[in-house]
Amino acid sequence: MNIKKTSLYNLHIKYGGKLVVFAGYQMPIQYKDGIIQEHKYTRSHSGIFDVSHMGQLFISGGDDLINDLEKIFPADLKKMKTNQSKYSFLMNNKGGIQDDLIITKTSDGFLIILNAACKYTDYEVIKSKLDNQYKLNLDESLSLIALQGPEAKNVLNKVIPGCDSLKFMNGNNYVYKNEKVYITRSGYTGEDGFEISIKHSDAETFVESLIENESKLIGLGARDTLRMEAGLCLYGNDLDNDTSPIEANLKWAIPKSRIETEFVGSEVLKNQFQSGVKKLRVGIKPDSKVIARGNTKIYNDKNQEIGKVTSGTFGPSVEHPIAMGYVDNSYSTVNTKIFLEVRGKKIPANICNLPFYKKNYVKGEINV
Amino acid sequence: MSEVKYSKEHEWIKLDGEEATIGITKHATEMLGDIVFTELPEKGSNVDKDGTAGVVESTKAASDVYTPVSGEVIDTNQMIIDDPSKINEDPEESAWFFKLKIKDKTEMDSLMNKEEYEKFAKETSA
Repeated sequence: MNIKKTSLYNLHIKYGGKLVVFAGYQMPIQYKDGIIQEHKYTRSHSGIFDVSHMGQLFISGGDDLINDLEKIFPADLKKMKTNQSKYSFLMNNKGGIQDDLIITKTSDGFLIILNAACKYTDYEVIKSKLDNQYKLNLDESLSLIALQGPEAKNVLNKVIPGCDSLKFMNGNNYVYKNEKVYITRSGYTGEDGFEISIKHSDAETFVESLIENESKLIGLGARDTLRMEAGLCLYGNDLDNDTSPIEANLKWAIPKSRIETEFVGSEVLKNQFQSGVKKLRVGIKPDSKVIARGNTKIYNDKNQEIGKVTSGTFGPSVEHPIAMGYVDNSYSTVNTKIFLEVRGKKIPANICNLPFYKKNYVKGEINV
Repeated sequence: MSEVKYSKEHEWIKLDGEEATIGITKHATEMLGDIVFTELPEKGSNVDKDGTAGVVESTKAASDVYTPVSGEVIDTNQMIIDDPSKINEDPEESAWFFKLKIKDKTEMDSLMNKEEYEKFAKETSA
């Protein structure tokens, strides 16, 4: 396999990044400060994440683009305003999630942000379903940088003035060093923040200017603990081809206006909406300090296996182990007692609400 | 003077008469990252050379802790149970893991001295 480097590779090295191969790219798992400090810095100030490995797919051309894309994605694309973003899915015929993605309406079409490990397959799938009528560009000339945290708006505004007027899940064009950049107010940490799509050649100086404004580079390790505290799914762990958005407790991302309409997987989803699902994604809080990681088996009080943990770690901001996973629907009610099998022992835990960490934008508040 | 030796699993062991104090090396903590959970053997239990005698979990993963010698567990360090981050701060002194009444001192012979361990750590992490 050809291991790729992002445009920020030299910066990762310069700032002491420990590199690992992730989805075919050399990516920093952490920098010198370590995962906990990086996590906390993002929650208290702002963190810079290199997410250039993710796919940026631009689709344009043709009068029927919205109709044809609605046959693929369960989002309400007709109602979307230009520069508005929605969380959605690429599904298979069984209603299983092939990828979770952010779709943004641009002036001449749509921009879809895809997971790194899925992007080439997604591209082929979307292309084939669109019958080659439209212009598809999985643009590999652009870097993608996320800036997350309570200070993100102040930091970014110093480098690219005006971007603090963006609303959540909205984007716009801005100028950086005489070049166009596209910025959306979004992210995956449970914090306020932005994602900046920028030419590779400008990415390094852009990130250095964020660092000069006291932001810090944050690795994939803290990105994972941050998204878990925020109750957000990681494709490949918490979502996969055999799991539907309804089972994943992401029903909110399927607008009511689309339930009766046709898209890939719509039959299965409609059925699940009506009759319910067998398994459901839930938040899990162990009683003790034991961490239950992905693939930990879940039992009921009669020692019957009822599910599996899909993500689990220690939550640095909630200062407690946290997990999410799938359980038989009859055990999905909050405060249901369950048991996690860790190193041969059954560890008591409770089903809990997601997210584990919820920001109160005025004061900052933690729910455990 | 008490003798400190090192295992290939990155544990250090300090022998004082019959009493062996065991912990993990600074090098090990650097590889593990931030430690957030520790499990130690029970006082009074017997552990066998190279057997599992605890667990450390970092934000990234869980790793077993092995005992480099056999013996009876006579003490465990409550400090690192209460605050596992102490292991990252002071792994080779105050953040020891457990103390054993050593069964067979000759088991120390096969372990590495400081110089040998430093060479080993450097080679294996390269």
